[in-house]
Amino acid sequence: MSTTTTADVEKEPSMILQKQMIGDHFHELARAKELGKKVVYTFVPGNLNELIWAFDMLPVHPEINALQSGMRKKSGAYIQEAEKAGHSEDVCTYVKCDLGMMKKGNIGPTGERLPAPDLLLLSYTGCFTFMKWFELLQREYGCPVAMLHVPYQGDGEITPAMKQYVVDQLRDSVIPLMEQVSGKKLDLERLKGFLGSSSRAEDDLCAIWDSAKHKPSPIDSYFGGVYYIGPIFSAFRGLPQAEEYYKSLRAEVDARVAAKRGPTTPDGELKDQKFRLVVEGPPNWTSFRDFWKMFYGEGAVVVASTYTKVGGLYDRGFRHDPANPLETMAEYCLGCYTNRNLPTRVDLIEKYIEEFAADGFVVNSIKSCNSFSAGQLLMLRELEKRTGRPGAFIESDLVDPRYFSGANIKNRLDSYFQMIDAKRASSPT
Amino acid sequence: MDLEAIVQRSEALFRDQDLSAVKEWKSRTGGKVIGFMPVYVPRELIHAAGALPVGVMGAGEHAEIIRGDAYFQSYICRIPRSTIELGVSGKLDVLDGFLFPAICDVIRNLSGMWKILFPQKYARYVDLPQDFGAAGRAFYRRELEGMAEDFTRLTGKAVTAEALRRSIKVYNENRRAIARLYDLRSEAPHLVPTWELYLILRAANVLEVTEHTKLVEAYAQAARQSKRPERDYVRVVVSGAFCEQPPLGLIRALESSGCYIVDDDWVLGARYLVEDVIEDGDPFDALIDAYATKTVSTASRYESTALKGKFLVEQVRSRRAEGVVFAAPSFCDPALLERPMLQAVLSEQGIPHTGFKYAENTGQIQSIKEETGTFADSIKLWGTA
Repeated sequence: MSTTTTADVEKEPSMILQKQMIGDHFHELARAKELGKKVVYTFVPGNLNELIWAFDMLPVHPEINALQSGMRKKSGAYIQEAEKAGHSEDVCTYVKCDLGMMKKGNIGPTGERLPAPDLLLLSYTGCFTFMKWFELLQREYGCPVAMLHVPYQGDGEITPAMKQYVVDQLRDSVIPLMEQVSGKKLDLERLKGFLGSSSRAEDDLCAIWDSAKHKPSPIDSYFGGVYYIGPIFSAFRGLPQAEEYYKSLRAEVDARVAAKRGPTTPDGELKDQKFRLVVEGPPNWTSFRDFWKMFYGEGAVVVASTYTKVGGLYDRGFRHDPANPLETMAEYCLGCYTNRNLPTRVDLIEKYIEEFAADGFVVNSIKSCNSFSAGQLLMLRELEKRTGRPGAFIESDLVDPRYFSGANIKNRLDSYFQMIDAKRASSPT
Repeated sequence: MDLEAIVQRSEALFRDQDLSAVKEWKSRTGGKVIGFMPVYVPRELIHAAGALPVGVMGAGEHAEIIRGDAYFQSYICRIPRSTIELGVSGKLDVLDGFLFPAICDVIRNLSGMWKILFPQKYARYVDLPQDFGAAGRAFYRRELEGMAEDFTRLTGKAVTAEALRRSIKVYNENRRAIARLYDLRSEAPHLVPTWELYLILRAANVLEVTEHTKLVEAYAQAARQSKRPERDYVRVVVSGAFCEQPPLGLIRALESSGCYIVDDDWVLGARYLVEDVIEDGDPFDALIDAYATKTVSTASRYESTALKGKFLVEQVRSRRAEGVVFAAPSFCDPALLERPMLQAVLSEQGIPHTGFKYAENTGQIQSIKEETGTFADSIKLWGTA
């Protein structure tokens, strides 16, 4: 596979393909009203993409808009706009970025205006703030809300009662409201078709995650991983484009494995992989590239991450099952990473550290995101105790540039890498 | 007991972090004790299993946090860190179990931390449904049945329908007594200072329910007969303090700044259900129906725009309040995300409002007092803030 240099940044063909897919989607969204398409705003974790497509509606994911705004250095102004309107500096910056973006005209990443939603599909999975977020949006847009309460895995398991609860809501309230808004009856066979497509893309994605067990790792499962999850966590799961993307990406990764090459970073291939890490927590988006460079610049590659599982833990065996459409959607929602309790999250990271032969792990604790962050200091201790591998704890925010202190983070990471080196030097070989 | 003695006793219970009253109950009865975090758990179920429900609302203003801070980042509210402090320092050893109801991501994650830190103790996340129709009711029944099974295992006493109906009855009596006290305060706020009412309410966290009902009634009777001067204060509703509690000194400062607090949402679990739970028929159905249809409106429950703020406006109208003071803990996502929506409704209705943030150990009381004092003055002068 060849790489392309675009404006001094190395890009793989799959990245270019993804950019095209996203561009096309936002272009279609901008023309939604003239195309007569209904628009559904919904969240990434526990998203019901296949169901949205089954009604021929177009999905918008506000967290993705917020992170795109962060990467395009627009989030700071949006957040301040929301704070001027009375939102507390203490609360989630994704919410404030989204509200600020809306106040400033709702211009999406391609520079086109996003349409107002016809429906807010509130899949309340793994994050309490989602609920307040869509209450706030409903006040702004005045459209209906389909509330889907996904119970939390408090004891670390999905019980039959939980699954039945989600299925009941889908059948009795979510689908009827979607039928009403779209003006179409649900075509179950069509839905099954989308679910089958999802499953095939999920197979390829799992092979990609698994490739990081190789040395050198052909992928970076965190910084590169956030690109890899783009299509499947956003608008494209269930569509042929997603299948095509993951086939293409898998071929790139397989080629790198065969050639014993490392992942592509903005500065080219990561060749000398000194540190293999697992990362817990979302990345910072406002200084994403600087943040990534703090890792690859020191030869650190991320071999597994939890953030890339917020939209589904396919690597633990889940696949959308077209034979049982409602049940499989329920199971998907229930299984997302932040819907799992803390002991289960610790277990998962421990397995990642062992399975991917990591030298240690880094917790990027996000000010905005209590769902991830509350309890991470205990997770750090537990993981160090269980694995004997050192952990690092850094703090930043999703999209608020005021909470990214590059020098502090770099100092802490540099010290951490030195610590791993020192530990290696003192260990008997 | 006279008024002063009742208040002193309640204040002693409030300040007793060793939970002596709970220990005394336990040694006297041999029963089990089940703690719960804010906001709401169906205490009737615990009671029906012969156990004592104990509300844990952090460690308050006086506790020194030595180990709790090591578990939480600076941008997370204070109640989980002080609760962990209480746990790791052994002050919650008297609890045989601990419930963490669905309210926010922090308390949710605290349930998992508890499982890791205290693996020998029973800990359960109580998932309260956000769907209030048939699906949510069916799910909630399973949650209630699951808890009843757990409590039966823990106490060795089955939660029978008969026992549960009896528990529902005594909790109905308790809620009615509290509601009468709130009505009295609204009618004659000079006779029922809120800091006193707050202490009476906090006693619900540690006393057996029938004992607490007697305390509430005794206080109400003594307060009604008290001779206290009526002041030229404005009548306000306080909103947003449903989880982490403000320090007692802050409540006193709010009052002395010129505000009669005529309704509020602290210690909300004791007032979460606004009507009696049905006392006959299937008691599980009765608890489910009460949860689905007879509760306060609060930030941890999903609410559509059509309903948002209606409860608060109704509180203001029925209590003849002249304004609303929003008091939310720092970093409290539910309260702080809810606030702009409620403020917008109040503004549309022409109801003055102000707001501040606090922590359970806030020391900056004077500046808050000045803010609410100015708010009260502006209402008195101009009828608006």
